[in-house]
Order: sequence, then structure tokens, then C-alpha cells
Amino acid sequence: MPNRVSRRELLAGAIGAAAMPAAAGRARAQSGDTTRRAGLGASPLGERSSHVTIRRDHRGPVASRTPLQDLQGTITPSDLHFERHHAGIPAVDPDDYRLLVHGMVERPTVFTLADLKRFPATSRICFLECSGNYPTGAGPETKPEAVCGMTSTTEWTGVALSTLFREVGASPDATWFLAEGQDAAVMTRSVPMEKARDDAFVAYAQNGEALRPGQGYPARLLLPGWEGNSNVKWLRRLELADRPFMTREETSKYTDPLADGTARQFSFVFDARSIITAPAWPDVVEPGWIELRGIAWSGRGAIARVEVSTDGGRTWHEARLQGPVLRQAHTRFRHLWRWDGSETEIMSRAVDDTGYVQPTRAALRAERGRRARRYHLNPITAWRIRRGGQVEYRVEEPWDA
Amino acid sequence: MGRVARAAGVALALLACFAAAGAAQPQDGRFGFGRPATADDIAAWDIDVMPDGAGLPEGSGTAAAGAPVYAARCAVCHGPAGEGGVADRLVGYDPASTPPFGPAYEAWRAGRDDVPFSVGNYWPYATTLFDYIRRAMPTDAPGTLAADEVYGLVAWILAENGIVARDAVMNAETLPAVEMPARDVFVPQER
Repeated sequence: MPNRVSRRELLAGAIGAAAMPAAAGRARAQSGDTTRRAGLGASPLGERSSHVTIRRDHRGPVASRTPLQDLQGTITPSDLHFERHHAGIPAVDPDDYRLLVHGMVERPTVFTLADLKRFPATSRICFLECSGNYPTGAGPETKPEAVCGMTSTTEWTGVALSTLFREVGASPDATWFLAEGQDAAVMTRSVPMEKARDDAFVAYAQNGEALRPGQGYPARLLLPGWEGNSNVKWLRRLELADRPFMTREETSKYTDPLADGTARQFSFVFDARSIITAPAWPDVVEPGWIELRGIAWSGRGAIARVEVSTDGGRTWHEARLQGPVLRQAHTRFRHLWRWDGSETEIMSRAVDDTGYVQPTRAALRAERGRRARRYHLNPITAWRIRRGGQVEYRVEEPWDA
Repeated sequence: MGRVARAAGVALALLACFAAAGAAQPQDGRFGFGRPATADDIAAWDIDVMPDGAGLPEGSGTAAAGAPVYAARCAVCHGPAGEGGVADRLVGYDPASTPPFGPAYEAWRAGRDDVPFSVGNYWPYATTLFDYIRRAMPTDAPGTLAADEVYGLVAWILAENGIVARDAVMNAETLPAVEMPARDVFVPQER
């Protein structure tokens, strides 16, 4: 058994030894005629081309942003998923992992990771977004990642919360559940039971493989379309109750002071948003045909259409949507445009299948007021194209002016 | 035709199989996975405190008892008097009549500098202070404060904000009864 080598492996080994460039060649990839020499052999782990440098926008220990301007399509590579955590990434040993479900249930139960994986699984492509996905004090030299790079789209796999709650005998009188993480913030949020009945799940896989540690390894809560903070990572406890728990993150944080003097609480669902991700700063474009590319998404459902303006918002054109258009998922849009070389502004606005239209910054500011705490903001983003082709972020007035 | 019909028949049979397989599930929806949680399992992790006081432990504290704990464990980030540090502002309650936003606030402000959000003007429940401090503070040693220390810190923060008297004793009975200035500011609302 141990030392049996197949003919194929022998062959590959022979070729590798005889003809393939050494692995050191990866670092200095040569161009020239690649047809005259066999390339690198297969390897256990795929790596990006040595010509590709792609990184998250990472300016501090608590957050990193997806480089939206460097991505195509809709799925975010797992190592480029945005991160936001409140007390670092805990190192959880999957063998020690436990999920406790208790409170208003007939059978308080402890599940291991293996237990969670035995249940019927469900997969779902959806976006996650940080509630505070808005640029503050951004100047003209601002990339899409800095405007709203705290959103990513992933195929998540796990077990439906409805399945777990049936297993433990959830009381029909339970109206909320607490989700608690095992990070050093012991993050907690209250979630209405309707979401559990609808589409919430406990995810243990991300784009086909185990969750990345920064995404809650080995298991996290997933609430499609709902604010990132409520999708509790490193999930260790679910407690069912007949009222919300009023944790810090749902009272003094993640609430929206409004212009009328009240503060909106439990505003879980993201309204529709879009952004042109190319061209954008620091691109320099040339007159002629340009394909405007971007993403749109809505926590309420599917993107119905995306409209693009290339004249500063005076006229709008319907962009093409890349199918399939999935509910609560990034949707790629594209629009061909012929730039005549004169200074202008380009922008996009999303419309979802509830009819909601992405607002201008002015409309949002009128509703939220001067002292909005930068949560759940989704205004139209505009890019200014200078004569000569330099693309810049259109700077907005300070929010609290 | 005969082959097509046979193929269709096989396909139908297969479909029937799949349909039956799809319908198969435990009668009561239970798979029998996981193990019953013990009282110890629950007690070890169930640390949440609700606005009505559910979950508050025994113990008590006053502002005087909390002051040295605050100075030793909290002031480095939150400032010596609950403001001016790198972390969230804890103390601040002007104007007493309104949260720091909205029409009444703007009328009061009239040219003044903005008032920061704080425990005094934007926290709706005093119990949340206990819950949060006990689970997550201080950030260099979260979860290490004893119940009496947490009660003392809560009493100190509330007293500094002028919400309770300096000699008020905070415990499982008194804390849920504290009326926070921002209690009625919040409107649960689905957008």
C-alpha cells in the first residue's frame, strides 16, 4: 500500500524533474515564447499569478475592505472578503467547538461541529455588508473599496436555523433569539424569530470550503440581506425568548438617529445600493468606448434594474444586468458609453424588486438628519471624469455640516 | 417510439424515486443529533442581562465603590472622568431635555459645539451597561470583573451622568428600575 505509485504519478514526476522550471521561477515569471518549454506542474494549492497583486484595503486591526475595483463578476474570493471584528479573531479549535441552543425550547441542546454537518445542508449565495459601510472625510483620491468595500458576496453552506429550532423543540411563543459569539467581545445580537423561519442559517462553509477564521470559523450565523453585525461570527449560543435582549450593539450602536428626533432601532435590512467600480479613481480613461462596470445589491430582494447617468444625473440609461440575478446578492451591471473627452460625472442608482430606488445623498441626509451615525447609508456614488481622463471620487459635503 | 417510451418510463420511475427520497424525513422533524444541555452547560455561558433584570447576578455596588475600579481598569481608554479618552464617551448629558439630535436639539444647540453621544444621552437601558461591561470589558482582560465590581462601575457611570444619586446602591432590584434619559428615543422599526 504505502509505496505504490501510479504510472501517471511516475510520468508527472519524470516530466517535472526533467523539463519543468524550478518553483523559484514562480517569483520571476518569464514572458517570451511559452510554447517551447513545459510549464509548472500541478500543485496542492492554487496560487495567484505572480503578475497579480490583489489585497484588501487594510488600515487598522478592526476592519479590512474588499477591493471592489479589482474584481469582476459577483463572487468575492474568500481571502478578499471584508472583515470587521470587535475584539479580534478568536482561534477556535473545531474539536472544542460547541453550539448551545436553549431558552424557550423543549430540549436545550449542545451541538458539536460534526453534529451541525450531519443535518440536511443548505447553500445560498448572498452578500454581507458592514452596517458602517460609508466613507468619512473621503477626498477625490478615493477608490471604490474605500467608498463601500465592506460588502462581499459568497456562497455559504450550513444548516437552516429552522432545522435546528425544530430539533430542539422551539416554543411557538418565542419571538426573538439571542445570537452570541465566542470572540473576546462575546458579541451578541437579538434577532426576530421570523428570520429563523424565513431563511437564516448557521454557516460552516464559504465558497465550498471551511469558513475563513475572519469569517467566523468554524460556524457563524447567516441572515441574508441583514446588517453584517447581526450575522454573529464564531457562534456559540442561541437563546430563544419572548422579547429582545437590548444588547449594546442594538441600542447605543447600530441604531439610526433620525431628523425627527427619534432613533430607528432594529433596522436590520439593507436598502438597495450600487456603485460603479470601474472606471474609478485612480483610473485615467481615454475618449472613445468605455464599459462602465459595477455592482448593485438589496437586502430586500433582487435588483430589478440599475440606471446609469453619464451627464451628472440629468439623464439615466438602463444598464445590462449579468444573470442570474439572485436575491440579496451582488448583481453585476455593465453599460457601454462613448466618452467625448469633456468633463462630466458618472453614477449609478439601483432599483430593487420592491420598487425601492437608491436615494441621492441629499435625500438620505434629509431623512436621517445631520447627526446620523453613519450606519445603513446607501447614497448614490458619483465619479468625476476630468478633461484628460483622470477619474476622481466626487467629494461630498461633510455629513453633519 | 418504443425506446423513447421506455426511456420516458425509466425517467418517470427515477423521478418518482427522487420525489420519494425528497419527501423522506423524520416524522417529528427530529434527527436526534446533539446531546442534551446540562444546567452547567447553560450556566457557564448564559451571561446575558435583560431590561427587566433577568440574568442579573447577586451582588451590589455604589459609585464610591466603583470609582477606584474605574480609575484602575477603565480610565486609560475612557478618560479619567468618563470622557476625553480614545474609547467611547461614557459621561455627558447636556441637554437634559432631548437626545443629541432632532429638532429640539438643534433649537437648543444654536451655534454651540455638538454634544457627543454618550451613556447619558443615548443608552436606553441601564441593564445593558451591566451586560456589556461584564462580557466585554476591559478590553485587555474581558470577562474578569466580579459582579460587585461591575455593579460599582455601573453605579459610577450612572452617577457621573446625573442619572442616579452618588450614594445609590445598584443591584439586581435597583438597576432595572433606573430610568435612562434616552429610554423613549428608540422606535423599533422595520424599514
